[in-house]
Amino acid sequence: MFAEYSLSELSSIFLMQGFAGLILFSVFVLMALGLAIIFGQMGVINMAHGEFMILGAYVTYFTSQFFLNYIPALFGIYFFIAMILAFFASGALGMAVEWLMIRRLYKRPLDTLLATWGLSLILQQVYRSVFGPREVGVELPGWMMGSLPVTDVVEVQINGLFVMGLTIAITVAVALLMYKSAWGKQVRAVVQNRVMAGAVGINTEKVDRYTFGLGCGIAGVAGSAFTMIGSTGPTSGQLYIVDTFLVVVFGGAQSLLGTIASAFTISQAQSTLEFFLSGSMAKVLTLLGVVIILMLRPQGLFVIKVRR
Amino acid sequence: MSSNNDNSHKFSSTRRKLLMGMAALPAAPLLASSGLFSSPAFAQALATSAVNTTGLAVTDTDVTVGILHSVTGTMAISETGSVQAEKLAIDQINKSGGVLGRQIKYIQEDGASDWPTFAEKAKKLLVNDKVAAVFGCWTSASRKAVLPVFEQYNGILYYPTFYEGLEQSKNVIYTGQEATQQILAGLDWVNKEKGAKSFYLIGSDYIWPRTSMKIARKHIENKLGGKVVGEEYFPLGHTQFNSVINKIKLTKPDVIYAAVVGGSNVAFYKQLKAAGIDLSKQNLLTISVTEDEIDGIGGENIAGAYSSMKYFQSLDNPNNKEFVAEFKKMWGDKTVIGDVTQAAYLGPWLWKAAVEKAKSFDVDKVAEASVDVEFAKAPEGYVKIHPNHHLWSKARIGQAQADGQFKLVHETADLIEPDPFPKGYQ
Repeated sequence: MFAEYSLSELSSIFLMQGFAGLILFSVFVLMALGLAIIFGQMGVINMAHGEFMILGAYVTYFTSQFFLNYIPALFGIYFFIAMILAFFASGALGMAVEWLMIRRLYKRPLDTLLATWGLSLILQQVYRSVFGPREVGVELPGWMMGSLPVTDVVEVQINGLFVMGLTIAITVAVALLMYKSAWGKQVRAVVQNRVMAGAVGINTEKVDRYTFGLGCGIAGVAGSAFTMIGSTGPTSGQLYIVDTFLVVVFGGAQSLLGTIASAFTISQAQSTLEFFLSGSMAKVLTLLGVVIILMLRPQGLFVIKVRR
Repeated sequence: MSSNNDNSHKFSSTRRKLLMGMAALPAAPLLASSGLFSSPAFAQALATSAVNTTGLAVTDTDVTVGILHSVTGTMAISETGSVQAEKLAIDQINKSGGVLGRQIKYIQEDGASDWPTFAEKAKKLLVNDKVAAVFGCWTSASRKAVLPVFEQYNGILYYPTFYEGLEQSKNVIYTGQEATQQILAGLDWVNKEKGAKSFYLIGSDYIWPRTSMKIARKHIENKLGGKVVGEEYFPLGHTQFNSVINKIKLTKPDVIYAAVVGGSNVAFYKQLKAAGIDLSKQNLLTISVTEDEIDGIGGENIAGAYSSMKYFQSLDNPNNKEFVAEFKKMWGDKTVIGDVTQAAYLGPWLWKAAVEKAKSFDVDKVAEASVDVEFAKAPEGYVKIHPNHHLWSKARIGQAQADGQFKLVHETADLIEPDPFPKGYQ
């Protein structure tokens, strides 16, 4: 396969391939983080995760339209404002959903699967009725498009770098919040023992609501970022849901570190296999690998020891 | 929805009739045969008992047809345009006197992007509602699901999408292109005009791209003496194309030949652009991007790519100008019109022409009369139904522009004969 290429060509291709793998890794982490919080920390199987992401994407679209029409001079920075708005829009919707629906189902985790799946169908139809069934194109500011040439062949995509930077920032923020702040301590306490946490004076209902909101808000930011690389339409959220669950379950549902490790493993496997085999075959082999590992380690890669 | 539109049309109907009359004057001899201005007296001449011997929903004053598309679910993105075009055509036919003097009423059913639902709704339209014709379906999967229903209950379906061929039925009129019509002329053009010899084929992983690529590969290797340097399929909904883009960079094909659909389509072009592949320098020919798709992809992300279709919204002919104006008047200035939308618009008109040629609504007679039925006012230009129930049509190449429209760069001189079972390509 490589016989006809020179050494320098080969090395630059492998460099770009490595970079492609890193972009995929960032994308996986970004989409899985919100779910890792909700599924991992709260045990809620949120099938509507993709729809929370798409809400963020639509917010981005409308922000871009607003800037284009009213303050075109600031169009270059609209994306940052859009991401913040997306966080609050998806987070607010998440908290509303938690209050109306999820909190009645904490004792029945499997029912959350059905309920949130229904919610995802409802949200899709709402988007379709409100925003129209066609996909919308989100225009990016000029500086976010294109790539930086490193050598003749090697080029680094700017939006890839952007996604990477964003992923690192959000991961660090979430880790600090979970493991260094008082609120994070409360969340972990509720996860470990809800009754006991309540007994020592933690308002568990409030913690639940904000945790769910945080997970959904991060999903919104992810959706906002993915307008750079993917489509924005009523059903686009479905494109991400399988990969998202794959990453979270494979990593071990309750561990943020596990999510990151699993995103890394899956993305590298996928992108390397895609290069050597065809796209469909790469997917099949990746899934097969995940299934085999999960058969051997049903709890996923990383497991936190919890006294039950 | 439709009642609103009826209101808006009341105010403008006089002006529209005037306009249509004026537009039709030069083409009057052609139109006479398709009965555009048939008078009410014509209807009285043909009693309902004579034009409807099989118990269809036809009365002295009106005839009922079905519209069967997905307005919910994944496919709503694509099928919305078809529904709009069919309603426009029906509205126009009614304004100009109806079919055999009868006004068309429609019953719309939602296939909900679910193939068994399509079959169920098709049965409902044919058995309960006794519709005289159905305009509908979009994906091949939905068409395959309803085909047995149409054959069993003897209905007639007008199917608008370009598709993979390898099918022919008495009960279906295919108003889009079959694969050879869409593919061969495009490959010939890029080979001759751009000197293309090496091709990278990339598509979504299901029947239409696979069959199309098979035809493309045979043509490239056997007829053009070219080489396929890569052939890749990705699962539907795949959103990460960086690896294959690296492979494309490595193999440096003259042409990227793409049939990626749905949300993947958007991801593919955005990532090509981000990876620094400049479509004004790298030739890319696609068979899956119309104006509808560009709406989601963003014109600036795909500008420079070539698309192989039979219709573009920007076609410069009087029929199309009138069609685009009417379409936007009915559905809003911002709507775009893609290849399939135009093909869907042909359905009701071809049905009307066939019914009036047969002087009957009976499905058998309409199917028989459909052969050689022509529609001179088609926005794509003149079309005619072939005995194999596909359309004679031209193939065109358009170059995508940043504003989301295509610029026509090539069209075949003659109509291409439809060949759903191409010899040497299977």
